[in-house]
Formats: sequence, C-alpha cells, structure tokens
Amino acid sequence: MTTATHVQPGVRELVTFRVGDQDFCIDIMMVREIRGWSPATILPHAPKYVLGVINLRGSVVPIVDLSARLGLGPSVPDDRHVIVIAVIGTQATGFLVSAVADIIAVDASEVQPTPDVTSEATRNFIEGVIVTRERMLRVLDIQTVLPKVAETAEAS
Amino acid sequence: MSTANDIRQTFFQECDELLEALDDGLSEIDDGIADATFSIDTVNAVFRAVHSIKGGAAAFGLDALVHFAHQFETVLDAMRSGQLQATEEGMKICHRAADHLNDLVAAGRENRELDAGSGPDIAARLAGLVAMPESAPAPTPPVSGEGGFGFAPLSLDLGAITQDSGQTTFVIAFRPHRALYASGNDTALILRELDEMGVLTVEVATEGLPDFDAIEAGEAYLSWTLRLVTEESEGAVRDVFEFVEGMCDLQIEAVADAPAGAEIPLPAAPETPVAAPVGAPPAPPPAPAQSRDKPAEAEGPKATVRVNLDLVDRLINMVGELVINQAVLTQCVKDAGLLDRGDLSTSLAEFRNLARDIQESVMAIRAQSVKPLFQRMARIVREAAELSGKETEFVTEGEATEVDKTIIERLVDPLTHMIRNAVDHGLESPQDRLAAGKPATGRVTLSAAHRSGRVLIEVSDDGAGINRPKVFQIAVEKGLIPPESQLKDAEIDNLLFMPGFSTASQVSNLSGRGVGMDVVRSAIQKLGGRVSIQSQRGKGTTMSISLPLTLAVLDGMVVDVAGQTMVVPITAIVETLRPKPEDIHALGADNLVVSVRNKLVPVIDLGVVFGHRGAPASISDMVVLLVESDSHTSWALAVDQIFDQRQVVIKGLESNYGHVPGVAAATILGDGNIALIIDPEETAHRSGAAIDPGELALLDEV
Repeated sequence: MTTATHVQPGVRELVTFRVGDQDFCIDIMMVREIRGWSPATILPHAPKYVLGVINLRGSVVPIVDLSARLGLGPSVPDDRHVIVIAVIGTQATGFLVSAVADIIAVDASEVQPTPDVTSEATRNFIEGVIVTRERMLRVLDIQTVLPKVAETAEAS
Repeated sequence: MSTANDIRQTFFQECDELLEALDDGLSEIDDGIADATFSIDTVNAVFRAVHSIKGGAAAFGLDALVHFAHQFETVLDAMRSGQLQATEEGMKICHRAADHLNDLVAAGRENRELDAGSGPDIAARLAGLVAMPESAPAPTPPVSGEGGFGFAPLSLDLGAITQDSGQTTFVIAFRPHRALYASGNDTALILRELDEMGVLTVEVATEGLPDFDAIEAGEAYLSWTLRLVTEESEGAVRDVFEFVEGMCDLQIEAVADAPAGAEIPLPAAPETPVAAPVGAPPAPPPAPAQSRDKPAEAEGPKATVRVNLDLVDRLINMVGELVINQAVLTQCVKDAGLLDRGDLSTSLAEFRNLARDIQESVMAIRAQSVKPLFQRMARIVREAAELSGKETEFVTEGEATEVDKTIIERLVDPLTHMIRNAVDHGLESPQDRLAAGKPATGRVTLSAAHRSGRVLIEVSDDGAGINRPKVFQIAVEKGLIPPESQLKDAEIDNLLFMPGFSTASQVSNLSGRGVGMDVVRSAIQKLGGRVSIQSQRGKGTTMSISLPLTLAVLDGMVVDVAGQTMVVPITAIVETLRPKPEDIHALGADNLVVSVRNKLVPVIDLGVVFGHRGAPASISDMVVLLVESDSHTSWALAVDQIFDQRQVVIKGLESNYGHVPGVAAATILGDGNIALIIDPEETAHRSGAAIDPGELALLDEV
C-alpha cells in the first residue's frame, strides 16, 4: 500500500500528528478514524509498546504506543492523547499519538528521502521527510511500525 | 427412511457442489479464453465434475442424465487432451450444456423425466463440436406426451425444426420496465440485433400510452411482440436480452412454423404476464422461461435459499454487537438511576428478549443436521468393510441433531478416521467373531445427541475392545512410556491418543499409519471439543466426542485476574474451590500444589502467568479453578475472584494482531471493554516455561 502511494504522481494527502515533540504524518487513505484515548485491555506477553486491545465497534484492535515504538520513550496515556486507527490491508491497528494536527496536501515531489542518519531504526520507520516553512514532517512507514507479533503469527 | 434414499440424497447434494464447480470452471475458462490463460487444471476440474455426476447418476439408473453427461464429457475430454480448442462459441455450448445438466439433475432429484426441451439441440451441438459419429440426432430421453408443451418454453418439435430446415420461429413478447431505460439500455438496439439474426417482424403495442400531457419521460409505456425466423438457437436469441434480464417482461417461445404474417399467436395462457394491460403494476417477476426454474418452484416443503456464508457470519457478528450493546445500554440506564421507571425497564426487558431471540435464530441459520455427515460416514464404513473383509452393519442414531456448519465441516476428517479405525481395528474378523460367540457381522454405531448445551457424538463398535497389555507393550517399545510405568486402564486407553502410536502390527490400507488418533484429538480440540474413549474387553470400544454447539459463543466464567477481567471456558473447568491454607504445599522453589481430595494438583497463578502481577499472591485468598485436559492432567488456575458465569461472544485476536500465548480469543463485556478468553491447557503448558514478558519484547526489537 505504501509503495502504491510512492509511484502515484501528483498530490498526496497526509494526516499530521505529534509524537512527543516531533511531527509525523501518514497517508490519509490509511486512516480509518481518530478517537480519544480509552483504557485498553492488557495483552499478555506483548511487546512493551503494545498497550493492549480496545473495542472498536466490535472489532478487537491492538493499540501501539507510537512514542515507545519509535524509541522516543513510553507515553503515559491520558485524556489528551489520541488514537489514530489505521487500516493496513485488512488489519486495523490503533496508534497512540500526543495530538493530531491537521491534514495537508503535498506534492509527491516534496517528499525528500530520509537523511542518512546513523540510527537504523529511524531509517526503517521513516519513509521520507517533508520540510515546510516552520517545521519538518516525518512520513511514517506504517508497515514497519506494526507490532511484529502479528507478522510472525501469520508466517507460522 | 431407507438407506438407499439417503445415499441418493447425498448424491444430489454432491451434484449441487459439482455443478457449482462446473459453472465456476467454465467461467474461469471464459475469462481466460482470449489470451489462453486458463489452466489445464481448470479444464480437468470441469471434466471431473461432469464425470463424477455421470458416475453417480449411473448408480441410480438416471439414464437420461448419464447419457447427456457422457456426451458433455466427451467434449470436455477432447478439450482436455487438446484435440479441441476452446472457443467462445464452444464455451457457449458448454454453458448451455451445463445448464441442461442442471435441469437433468433437478429432474432426477424429483424422480421425473425431463421433457426434451433444448436437450437434443444441445446434445447435437456438443456432438458437433467434436464431430463424433454420435452427431446423428441424439437419442431423446423418453418423453411423456402431455408433459411437454405448457411446461418448457421449447416445444418438442424444436429438434425436428432445427434439424430439418435449420430455421426456427420464435415469438418474443417483450415489455421493458422503467429500469431498462433507466440503466441506459435501448430497445431499438435490441431489435436491431434481433433483426440481424434472421427475419424479424415487429409489432408494437401502443395502447399503454397515455395522453401526451400525461406522459412521464422516464416511464416505459410500450411493449412489443416480435416474430423472428432464424437459424440461431433459443440461447442465442435469449443472449440478446442478456443485459436487460430482470428489467423487462420477456417471453421467448419457439413455435411451429406458421405462415409469416399470419395472426401472431400470443404465448400460452398460463405464462403471460406480458399480456397484462400495460398500465397495470408489473406484478409477476419476469418469467424466466427456462425449464430449470420450474423444479425450484415445484419444491414446496423444502424451500431453501443458498446464502453466502460470509453474509451469515456478518449477521452473526452484528447480532453479537446488538447483544453487547443491549448490555451496555442496560448498564447505562442502571447507572443513571432510571431503572425504577416501569415503562423503561419493561422496554429494556423486551429489548433484551428480542436480542436473545434474534441471536438464537441467527445461530440456527448456521446450524445444520448431522445427517449428511453421517451419510458420508456410511460410505466410509462400506469402503472400510470391503477393504478389510469384515462384514459390517452401520447404525446411526440422532441424525437430526443440529450443529454449527463449521463444526460439521471440520468433523469430516476426524470422524472418517475414527470410523475407519472402528472397522479396521475395532472389529474382529468374522472367524474370530464366530469363535467368540458373536454374530459374524460386526456393528459400528454412530450417534449424535444434545447434552447440556453441547453435542455428544459417539462412535462405537462391538469388537474386541482395546487390548490393553498390547497397547502398553507397544507404547513401551516405541519409547512413549517407561517400561516400569504403572498405568490404570483409562490411562492405557489414552495412550492411543499419543503422537506416533499405532497398534496394527501391519500397516493396512485403511489406517494404522500411526498418524491417527493424536491428529483426531487435536482436530477436535481445535473445535473446542474433547475426545474420550471407553472400552470393555470383548464387548467393544466407544469413542465420545463432546463439542460446543457453535463456534461463535461460549459459556465462560468471568474472573478477576490481578485487576484484569478474563474469561475461562466453562467446558474446561471441572470444579471451583477456595482452598484451605493447610491444603496448599510448596514444591521446590516457587511451585505450589494444592491437595484436592488427596490428589495433588499444581497451582498456576494466572496473574503471574499473564504478567499482570510480579510476585505470586497468597493462594489462600484466591479462588482456584480446577481444569482438566483431555489427557486427564489437572491444573489449578488461581484467580482473584469469580465475577459471573455467562455466554460470551467470541472475537478473534488473530485478524488484527496475532496469536497471544495462553489466550484463545477475546470477547466484549457488558461495559464495552474487552476481556481475553483463556486457553487453559496452553496457559498451563506455558507456565512451566516461566515466560518473561520482557523477553519477547527484546526479540522483537527492529
């Protein structure tokens, strides 16, 4: 899915949000909905960045603490936090973020490749960056930040 | 109910599947025909489907069906071997042939002769495809004289007409609905297309037209009576109307050649929605004048609808939501202190009852009787008896018992294996039976019954019973148990379920490959069931499968595990108890056992296993759920308290996340929160490994 948006020429619409003190964005087509934080049911044996599962109108949806996942330290979720529900393929996952900023439309050509930083994790998670007048937006590669448990479960 | 009749029914059920496969295959070939991308496997599958129908039909003496299937098969065989190229024209004939096959099957199902209809025509055209000597007028299936005319749109004369002059006269009554124009179709184009097929006479009925002022632009007022003399088949004529099907009243009838220009006969009276005044509401749906639609109408008592299972599942999901939502609503009303208002609480109670009723009805949609499954097993018994040379009588009980469709489907393999085992290993040879004073014919009984919200399926034989010393010896030889083991009878019986166990000293064709019973057991366990075995030396063996009625809900005990609400399936729980401090003993560094009626059972603190608390809490303050696996191992699951016992809707975790060790699924509680459903056996096995939750997280770093 992410690759499909790469090759598409023209304008991409992105949802921007804050994680810690950094700005990120993902393709709007992946976002099913945005909702407030509500306590999740803890999943045993889950990676630390998986906060648990919530009931999204009858579906059991896991919640990923994006801050912890990106190595920015675990968040302490409260009412101000927001969950971005993203659908990747058929799989729905919620991402806990500090706040959702806005929706922007950028030309695909404005997305610059990720600078060659040393951290491999950063390079994996970030698909590219967009520099606007006042800030830098990191385009998140949502595929790579999914909890790995799901993938191994599918493979086995 | 005679057995023969049951088998017959099974055959027709299989026919339905085969016909469906046939249709799918043909469509697949259609799709790939332009660039020849369809695979030979598809052709093979189509061929097999027709061949299977033919084979079955021969067994039931359905000669017309056999004959036609054979002709069809010949064509497909030629296509399969590459002698015949699949062409669009050819495929059309194949589709028609498939339809006709459908008709023949339907006719066979109802024990009646199908009037020839377009049969001979299709048969001839099939034969034409392969240019076989059979292309002489195909033998018409016997036709009762009066059966024909009013029934099928094609008169019996058709064959003769087609073959003699090559010309058929069709009278087409065509009345478009409003929807036809609304969807962008144009009657003029249809008429033009028909005109190209032969000599077309068009007559338009304008009496439906209102005054000019009253005309509504989108309405359909006109109808046509067309007379077409053509060399094309009815199918080709019908194809012209393919895109407007359902959007018009259409009747196509082949008539004996009448002088052109003569009074155009209107179609026979019983089937003339067309003749209705145009102003009248278009009440009867367009009569698809195909003979195969008739049998469906004729079926009175057993009217069924084929529905995509996904739709049913979605419905079940939504009803599950409704039940949950109802619980949430009740909770809200209660919290708001409004429950005292009589009318409100009455309405809520009604709502609850309705929601339950709907849930039960929807579940019933998925429920099916085990009869078809049992019928299949009858065949397995016959085959197994033949191969092993044992006379076997097969008895079924409780065939009407209804179980969830998925469970029935997944029971086929394990049950097949158990039945084969019963015949192959359970029953003795006729000589041995006579020597033991039993009748030479062995008996295998398959029974189903509802028992306390579950289904009990039993396979029993009246054979020699389990030879326990032999079983024990084999288990020792295979290194499954140490030779000095002291085992009770039931424990020895359960050795049969161990992986890699097989008692037959010679590997037979039927069973005894050593992959048997453990596979059966794991298949049953996956369905939330249990298998047990009882055997009496010389009297026989009974295997019992206990299964839940559905996979959508389960009865669970809602418990508190260190502040987290979790659900333990009731089926696993043998008893619940609050142990006295003196019954709890430490064993080793950090293991506890609890003594239950002098039996020591290891204690598993669920809070620790699931990482909800670091250090074990004091067991004496907790409630212990005694659970037992099918291998009769017991564990005591310690929980903080028991909240409730109720039916919960099962929600999978796999689709959005993945498998969580020790957790079978999730459910949604009355307050809208999620609770995890514990898999007791997996939990117990994992607790031994002392899993550190952080360990997985470490492995998981990118």
